[in-house]
Amino acid sequence: MATYNTNEFRAGLKVMLDGDPAAIVENEFVKPGKGQAFSRVRIRNLKTGRTIERTFKSGETIEAADVADVELQYLYNDGEFWHFMNPESYEQLAADKATVGDNAKWLKEQDVCIITLWNGVPLVVEPPNTVTLKVVETDPGVRGDTSGGGGKPATLETGAVVRVPLFIQIGETIKVNTRTGEYVSRA
Amino acid sequence: MSLTSDDWRPSASLEVLKLRARMLERIRAFFAARGVLEVETPVLSSAAATDPALASLTTRYTGPLFPRGQVLYPHTSPEFPMKRLLAAGAGSIYQICKVFRDGEAGRLHNPEFTMLEWYRVGFDHFALMDEAAALIAEALVGGRALGAPEKLTYREAFERHCGLDPHTADSVALAAVVQAKAIAVRGDPAREAADTLRDLLLTHVIEPQLGRGRVTLLYDYPASQAALARIRPGDPPVAQRFEIYLEGIELANGFHELNDATEQRARFERDLAKRKERGLPAVPMDEWLLEALAHGLPDCAGVALGLDRLVMIAAGVASIQEVLPFPIERA
Repeated sequence: MATYNTNEFRAGLKVMLDGDPAAIVENEFVKPGKGQAFSRVRIRNLKTGRTIERTFKSGETIEAADVADVELQYLYNDGEFWHFMNPESYEQLAADKATVGDNAKWLKEQDVCIITLWNGVPLVVEPPNTVTLKVVETDPGVRGDTSGGGGKPATLETGAVVRVPLFIQIGETIKVNTRTGEYVSRA
Repeated sequence: MSLTSDDWRPSASLEVLKLRARMLERIRAFFAARGVLEVETPVLSSAAATDPALASLTTRYTGPLFPRGQVLYPHTSPEFPMKRLLAAGAGSIYQICKVFRDGEAGRLHNPEFTMLEWYRVGFDHFALMDEAAALIAEALVGGRALGAPEKLTYREAFERHCGLDPHTADSVALAAVVQAKAIAVRGDPAREAADTLRDLLLTHVIEPQLGRGRVTLLYDYPASQAALARIRPGDPPVAQRFEIYLEGIELANGFHELNDATEQRARFERDLAKRKERGLPAVPMDEWLLEALAHGLPDCAGVALGLDRLVMIAAGVASIQEVLPFPIERA
């Protein structure tokens, strides 16, 4: 079983914490004038996304997590699982609802996503930073809803709802930032 | 380590390096005005610090005098040879030098850093605390003014910020505060040694509150953390040791210096036993220091101050890397 000691701690290191895979966000070396040194770590649980603080005595070890990021192409959803494929090996992987979570609304067939694997099983699915999606429903009136700063809601082909400018019409394709959920431009 | 095209450049700005140079000038003037002699002692020593919490680097000299080679330890502080000078009658002395510590790197640590260490013959730790606060105020001249220094006992600091008496609280009581303060450690904190838990609370809870807008002088440490300080008998006995904080950062550590050779040897031996117990390397104790103490160390107090951290505060920067031209990752 691979382990890391506190000297190896750095941002991005993947470790096991309380039975879950986790990533170190920040590591601070702390030492009183005379006495015990500590590593004070901010660490993100990769399953829940929650970040917590944990303190280790210098020299303590922590189990390494077999976590890797791979780029996979999204294929289709069968109602229960989202299926992805390695474009080089054609190897396929399926991710469940708990793994895909809210990001399901950004997944479009053929798009390449970053999948975090834990022991070979998908843990997190990250869509591309920007996706290009078709508008399937929006108020056709150019006036639309003027109360919200000139925008109007639009439903996209994947089911996502974003605010778009008034001039966007049904059938147009637009670029959306998946991290903020905001309209970027016409595609 | 990846080298980018900018890694040859200093990580400290030239402005900060000029500020450091001006601070050094003012510090030397401060001691000249008080008749304290500047000295230089060897960086390399055949003996090492025995403190289990200090790890020495090692190097080796081979040549005339030592044809088969001699292991030498770059000093973790110039304390031992400076005390030999005191025992030889040097009077009050100071030194500004690089010191070296294995295993220490981070926002406030670099494995080599600049220490200002001074000893005042005839002073106790209270007199030296006052002088150290005056030196810090002088070093920061031109920056923002500080409030009057605050003197706080170790017990008062724990009572104020943790709600317990650190001298009488056992591991169970200390662990309860650790948990109440949401400090998460591996396993059950109540199984840790009381000193480990005191260090945990000091670094995580208390230190960030100390020295805000004024120097805080923390003193009367538990006897178990005396290091090279005298212990004042009492209930509880306390170490005549102090630390100096400014803006949540520990700047200095001082002692009313232990001058009892027998007690000093016993502490060295206790340290070496602890090192063995923890699987740490054995190191030679400084027999010359013990001989000097046996000859007679004048009554004195001494303090060691991390100069880089004082420059950090003067420059208003958050990391030691911003005040060193080339920290270890660029050295």
